[in-house]
Amino acid sequence: MFGYVVRRIISGVLVLLVISVAVFALFFYGPADPALAYCPETRCTPQRLDNIRTQLGLDRPVVVQYAEYMKGIVAGNDFKAGSITIKCDAPCLGVSFKLRVNVTDYLLSKFPATLSIALGASVIMLLVGVSSGIFAARRRGTVADKGIVGISLIVNAIPYYLLALLAYLLLISQWGIFPESGYFPLLTDGPVAWAKGLMLAWLVIGISSSTQYARFSRGSMIESGNEDYVRTARAKGLSERRVTMRHALRAAIVPVVTIFGLEFAYLLAGTIFTERIFDIQGIGLTGLQAIGTKDLPVIAATVLIGAAFIVVANIVVDIIYSVIDPRVRLS
Amino acid sequence: MSSETFHRTADQSARGAEHEPYLVVDDLTVRFPTADGLVQAVTGLSYSLAQGKTLGIVGESGSGKSVSSMAIMGLHDYKRTRMSGSIRIGGKEIIGLSSEDMRGIRGGDVSMIFQDPLSSLHPFYSIGYQISEAYIAHKKVSKSQARAKAIEMLERVGIPQPKSRVDDYPHQFSGGMRQRAMIAMALVNDPKLLIADEPTTALDVTVQAQILDLLQELQRDFNSAIIIITHDLGVVAEMADEVLVMYAGRAVEVGPTRELLTHPEMPYTWGLLSSVPDVSADTGAQLIPIPGNPPSLLDPPTGCPFHPRCLHRDKVPGDLCRTELPALVTAARAGHTKRCHLANPDQIYETEVLPEIAPDLVELVIEDASHTNAGEGAAPGEAIAPENR
Repeated sequence: MFGYVVRRIISGVLVLLVISVAVFALFFYGPADPALAYCPETRCTPQRLDNIRTQLGLDRPVVVQYAEYMKGIVAGNDFKAGSITIKCDAPCLGVSFKLRVNVTDYLLSKFPATLSIALGASVIMLLVGVSSGIFAARRRGTVADKGIVGISLIVNAIPYYLLALLAYLLLISQWGIFPESGYFPLLTDGPVAWAKGLMLAWLVIGISSSTQYARFSRGSMIESGNEDYVRTARAKGLSERRVTMRHALRAAIVPVVTIFGLEFAYLLAGTIFTERIFDIQGIGLTGLQAIGTKDLPVIAATVLIGAAFIVVANIVVDIIYSVIDPRVRLS
Repeated sequence: MSSETFHRTADQSARGAEHEPYLVVDDLTVRFPTADGLVQAVTGLSYSLAQGKTLGIVGESGSGKSVSSMAIMGLHDYKRTRMSGSIRIGGKEIIGLSSEDMRGIRGGDVSMIFQDPLSSLHPFYSIGYQISEAYIAHKKVSKSQARAKAIEMLERVGIPQPKSRVDDYPHQFSGGMRQRAMIAMALVNDPKLLIADEPTTALDVTVQAQILDLLQELQRDFNSAIIIITHDLGVVAEMADEVLVMYAGRAVEVGPTRELLTHPEMPYTWGLLSSVPDVSADTGAQLIPIPGNPPSLLDPPTGCPFHPRCLHRDKVPGDLCRTELPALVTAARAGHTKRCHLANPDQIYETEVLPEIAPDLVELVIEDASHTNAGEGAAPGEAIAPENR
């Protein structure tokens, strides 16, 4: 098991290296020039552009910049900008072009908002999704089952940004059913303000994503309900509740764990639409703004962090697998 | 033995539970409404079984043998099943019983062993946990008591080092050990009736015999009634006191094992006997498969359900086989009933069927069938194929 995890971590690091190269390549050989973003359109002389390039360190060869970036992640790096020095300890993800701040610290400050969204939304999507899936599976073929499957398909067919936008416009702006959204840190503003500001965002992500859990767990429950060992459980004289929850669900939950593990990583990587629409300053919104300002270090950092979450989630899902299913041995 | 065990029981219910065999199935009919129509899985099935006795139910896939046994366990989804008739266990009528009351019987007084022990055991729970769970469901005991009972049961069914194997998962057991564990689980509450649904089909031949021995040994100790569902006549010959042959959801021939295997009177039973290969048989003997396929239970054939596949239907005058369902009537000897229009089945069997499937046995059987013992009783059918047909 230990050897397995080490091997998986090594291969994960390799994946991240490839992604970092790809991000650099896209940025430098892509159609837009980052320096141009900092050069006022009306008075942008070639000389001024060169100055900006030098200032941002963009005049050096790409390979050198990449090597420096990697060195920063491993060992830390200090940046000098005129008279001030920006200290950047490992893992240093560079200094923002636009804000001139340490990207690692900057993103860390944005992370609690994203984490809050991900946690609340996950609770709702799992509660609503898995329980309605089990409910539908147990009443397969009835009106209730068809209703749940139908609603889940309809909700699933609505583009997420539309759903989020409509929810915001109607439920907050127009009817005022939900309080104004935003992120209020749990520790400083207290749980009530925290939950109030995120409530609608949680509901929108939770309900929108719950549809796939509903259909997944319904199918999975129906499948495991037909398994011989569920018949055995029933033949032992166990209560229907115990047969469903202990025997059928235990087996049906495995595929749900897989999709949830990855989904949670996606949420942590930043919920761009949600953060934008509900005005929550998290990783997603920060990344979006960085793209607008061509702030390379911030963009690269958000992409790398997102990729890291997904790599880690994959490893965690595999480890959880071996816990759920005793037949799985990690080696 | 047992014309006792095997009465028609229509008028017995009036006489009260005390005189009744432990299990009485009376005119049981099971129907499954489906999108394609009504599946007539079991029709008018009646039999009874006393404690300490073994009944073998034989038939092809889809003959209703498993469905009728699942009905005894109350394992059919009530919402999707129509059942009529009567099933009495220890005098208690279980058709129409609430699912809560049925649960008390299931796994307690009546328990079941399934065909494939790997798929029938939950892959995520340890063997010990699964046995304890069955015990706790019916007894007021603590977890540690249940665990001790699980270890005791594993030892009882011959699992070596039960104290350490109790925490193993099913995938860590071999096929035969898994079936032993299944049996331990089924017997944990000392059931009075054990239903074994093809208990050896998924096992190696060498392990099959061990499992059958184990079942017999446990039957002696617990005095349980056993229903053994199988398509293997060898298993029936070894285990059963009585045999019930099912076809298309009906009983087509019923009788004491030796009698039925030596003097079968229904062409379907002949077909079953003819299809059993035997390594030790005369190489001149033929393996004769039953032509065609089992009928659709959505739309069973008119008359005798077996007539489309019956090689002997021409011997019955007129259109009788096609138009009229034969009644289950007494055969040449008492305690043996069959559902067939043939006038002289015994004679046809001896002159036409036996010479083909077991030429070396013809003289022996004609001379005196009663000298053959139960084991050899299966021999007429145990013929080997000289050429594979």
